[in-house]
Amino acid sequence: MSSPAPAPKSPELSDKSKKYDRQIRLWGEHGQTLLEAATICLVNVTAVGCETAKGLVLPGIGGFTVTDGSSVKEEDLGNKYVDNLLTVKAAVLERNCYSFFLDASYLGKSKALACMQLLQELNPDVNGDYVDESVDYILSNRPNFFESFDLVIASNLNERSLLQLANRLWESNVPLVYCRSLGMLGSIRLQLKEHCIVEAHPDNRQFDLRLEHPFDALREHLESTEVTSKVPWLLVLYKYLKLWQKEQGDGKQAPSTYKEKTTLRELIRAAMQTDEENYEEAIKAVNTAFGAGMVPKALKAIFEDDACEQLHKKSDAFWIMTKALKHFVVEENKGYLPLPGVLPDMTANTDAYITLQQIYRQQALQDADQVYHKCQEYLKQMSLPADSIDERTVRLFCRESAGLAVLRGTRIADEYEKSCRLQPLVEDNELQDPLTAYNFALRAYERFLSECGSIPGECAVEQDIGRLKSIASKMLTDLGLQASISDDVLHEICRYGGAELHAVSAFIGGCAAQEVIKIITTQYKPIDNTFIYNAISTESVTLKL
Amino acid sequence: MSVASPVNPALTLQNKRWNGLRHVLEREGLFCKDNFTPSPDNLEFLQTSSKVLIIGAGGLGCELLKDLALMGFGDLHVIDMDTIELSNLNRQFLFRRSDIGQSKAECAARFINNRVPSCKVTPHFAKIQDFDESFYQQFHIIVCGLDSIVARRWINGMLLSMLRYEDDSVDPDSIIPMIDGGTEGFKGNARVIIPGFTACIECTLNLFPPQVNYPLCTIANTPRLPEHCIEYVKLIQWDKENPFSVPLDGDDPQHIGWIYERAQERANQFNINGITYRLVQGVIKHIIPAVASTNAVIAAACAMEVFKLATSCYDGMSNYLNFNDLDGIYTYTYEAEKSDSCLACSKTPQLLNIEDANTTTLEDVIKQLCEMPRFQLKSPALTTVMADGKQRTLYMANVASIEQATRKNLTQSLGELGLQDGQQLTITDATTPTALTLQLKYQTNEIEMS
Repeated sequence: MSSPAPAPKSPELSDKSKKYDRQIRLWGEHGQTLLEAATICLVNVTAVGCETAKGLVLPGIGGFTVTDGSSVKEEDLGNKYVDNLLTVKAAVLERNCYSFFLDASYLGKSKALACMQLLQELNPDVNGDYVDESVDYILSNRPNFFESFDLVIASNLNERSLLQLANRLWESNVPLVYCRSLGMLGSIRLQLKEHCIVEAHPDNRQFDLRLEHPFDALREHLESTEVTSKVPWLLVLYKYLKLWQKEQGDGKQAPSTYKEKTTLRELIRAAMQTDEENYEEAIKAVNTAFGAGMVPKALKAIFEDDACEQLHKKSDAFWIMTKALKHFVVEENKGYLPLPGVLPDMTANTDAYITLQQIYRQQALQDADQVYHKCQEYLKQMSLPADSIDERTVRLFCRESAGLAVLRGTRIADEYEKSCRLQPLVEDNELQDPLTAYNFALRAYERFLSECGSIPGECAVEQDIGRLKSIASKMLTDLGLQASISDDVLHEICRYGGAELHAVSAFIGGCAAQEVIKIITTQYKPIDNTFIYNAISTESVTLKL
Repeated sequence: MSVASPVNPALTLQNKRWNGLRHVLEREGLFCKDNFTPSPDNLEFLQTSSKVLIIGAGGLGCELLKDLALMGFGDLHVIDMDTIELSNLNRQFLFRRSDIGQSKAECAARFINNRVPSCKVTPHFAKIQDFDESFYQQFHIIVCGLDSIVARRWINGMLLSMLRYEDDSVDPDSIIPMIDGGTEGFKGNARVIIPGFTACIECTLNLFPPQVNYPLCTIANTPRLPEHCIEYVKLIQWDKENPFSVPLDGDDPQHIGWIYERAQERANQFNINGITYRLVQGVIKHIIPAVASTNAVIAAACAMEVFKLATSCYDGMSNYLNFNDLDGIYTYTYEAEKSDSCLACSKTPQLLNIEDANTTTLEDVIKQLCEMPRFQLKSPALTTVMADGKQRTLYMANVASIEQATRKNLTQSLGELGLQDGQQLTITDATTPTALTLQLKYQTNEIEMS
């Protein structure tokens, strides 16, 4: 039975595509598809956690699950001083009760349920779920619970729970985004094992034109075309580059010093009849037109990575394509990357420009095709299905090859055991950079929660400063660091008494949501690995801890 | 607590709500602003006395309303002339599908008023130009979440015009600080403007990215990009064929569909690739990409500055924050400098240099006013007082009859128009609520009088 021919596809966008139009312009339909296929888990209902989740529900993440063991109860909110862990939890949560996603009508209900419903309301296309159990309870009773998620977002944990959760997620290879928001301070710690980025979307992309070592089709075209005022500047530049090379006579392919560039510019200017636009553009392009197409340092390291050298059946498609790319570059293309095939706009008549554009595009397709076939060869060798890597993906991969990046993270637990990353930040026996000091103080704050069972500064500011100071000193000593933290910093932490300010949470939540989107879409580079924000001075820093 | 003495749980919860803010506002701090006095009065002021205006209830505005309501502010006003569209819903989180077509300001206000009982939001479904000084005067602080540069410049001009001077110093009571946020994709900025004291919008006009304009001859004769084909259909073919007998409406899918088809035809004719429906829409409507996250970040930075200014708890940001999270997360805060030659906030008369009054036409002057980075006017109207004391309109585009009467002046030189070196031109434009004054400065002083 034959089905009727499909109706011609209307060019107008689908409803969903219209709703997400403003963001699809950034990460593309393919990025949106990945986002809509992802599910995340939000551990603990806090303002910063909810703001992060909001930044993912609105753009249409596939699904989310909120876990929180407490309910929105008045009693919970009052309990502060009992020295047992369960009530401490309630006390710790109390400071966070006020999120935009909780209101008085939810009194008595599960906090996880309330938060899930209010987040769900933001976007009916997203699947919301909840578990009204604490993270400690889940970890001890259903330790595999978190493995089904693409990523976990957590906040407001005491040190013990944080380390338990982080270790568990490291073992299961699930990325963790841990957010802190206290008073005027905030931070994001990203823990993931390995993250491969194809589309880094650099701010200033260099066009890869290959003028100094043109491929055959390009050379043929450049040398057989007359340079007039109607051709793209690329042809002008090539003509005078040749002349420059001849005059230079030292075998140098392209100008690199200021003086050499000036000489080339002068050659072009001297040949100008009137003020032809394409000559002007060629002069301007001298600075940026050369030097692309080589293997950048970061990519060299990726080529030498074990994951690239040792492919196996479970290798990510990224590594299979990387190995095929390496083969192409080293064995088939004299060390040059596959051609991206993207040209800038150049003043010229239509035919001259389009002809040139076709030559670049054709070559880019050819290069990508070779890489694609190598990928297929590897897939076959490993008895993997041929359709696990398609041509479109390889074309994109080749176009972006100069910007490929691999991020290898560190365990959060390492921060408590190894001092190597903190050592350079110590000077005159003090943690120098105020932002670093604040971040360390936030960690001491979490140990305070574990050890003392109360919130630093919530009631007895002066007394708690002393206790926080000894905790921080012990943490530094345990790390083998001869250093201290300024009293002023600890005083400021205690002054907050556990306050979570919404404007800080919204700032951190917005940033954290974007980092999650980067990880899920494998586009744009995430932080590596700790972002610290100080709203007092409106300053931030990123540290690799 | 016994069952017999019922307590309104919402009220208790609400009191507890502010525990965090109380710590920050009622305790001494080593990093606090010098003149900060910790006291319950600070929160009291936010809740009962302070009055903040939010301009724009879009991506930034929705976030600002929520942020300020949750930072303790009790009296907010919001202005927005727009209605809700489907493509807003990926970030303007106070709106739902069923709200499409309604006023953004009214819908946003309703939402906050329902969700945050301690905050009262008053909506204004209107343009900022619909209000005058007497309206803007009632606010302590104004926050802008706008996508229009013209609107930013207008409110900037309004706040500057409201400054009162005594002798040579500004009366502090007449100052209304302006916090301005802007986003584009993964980039954004937030700034604090103290009118008359720190750099204003016009001081740093060059910070706005120049608008992309394709030369008409490229569009008509040598198209190379899909954008060139779309612009051709928009600028030339639409008027010629007038397919629906109405002006082009970027929100009408029929119109966009027509342009898409014609642009595709033109692209095929020239062998140009890459016409998509999304691209056509983007070019026609000048769409700026936007995500929830950047809006949240920039609005939060703005809200924090409003909070600092209103409570004096910490020093305000000085004065310009750049944010970018394409590669990691990057922020940079610096002090944008006040410009002595600022058209809006410098107190000295600004000069307009004229190379040669005998060859420079009025049209050249208008072109300069539109294109020079420090002016960037939209459609300036020029008047002056002639040597004989008579007021004369040199050119005005916005009133058809006056345009017709003054059009002949465009091609005349300043000399031919009888304008003297040092003569003042009074200029009105959509970018400013008040008239600007520029003084002609001739480089060569020999004028051939006709």
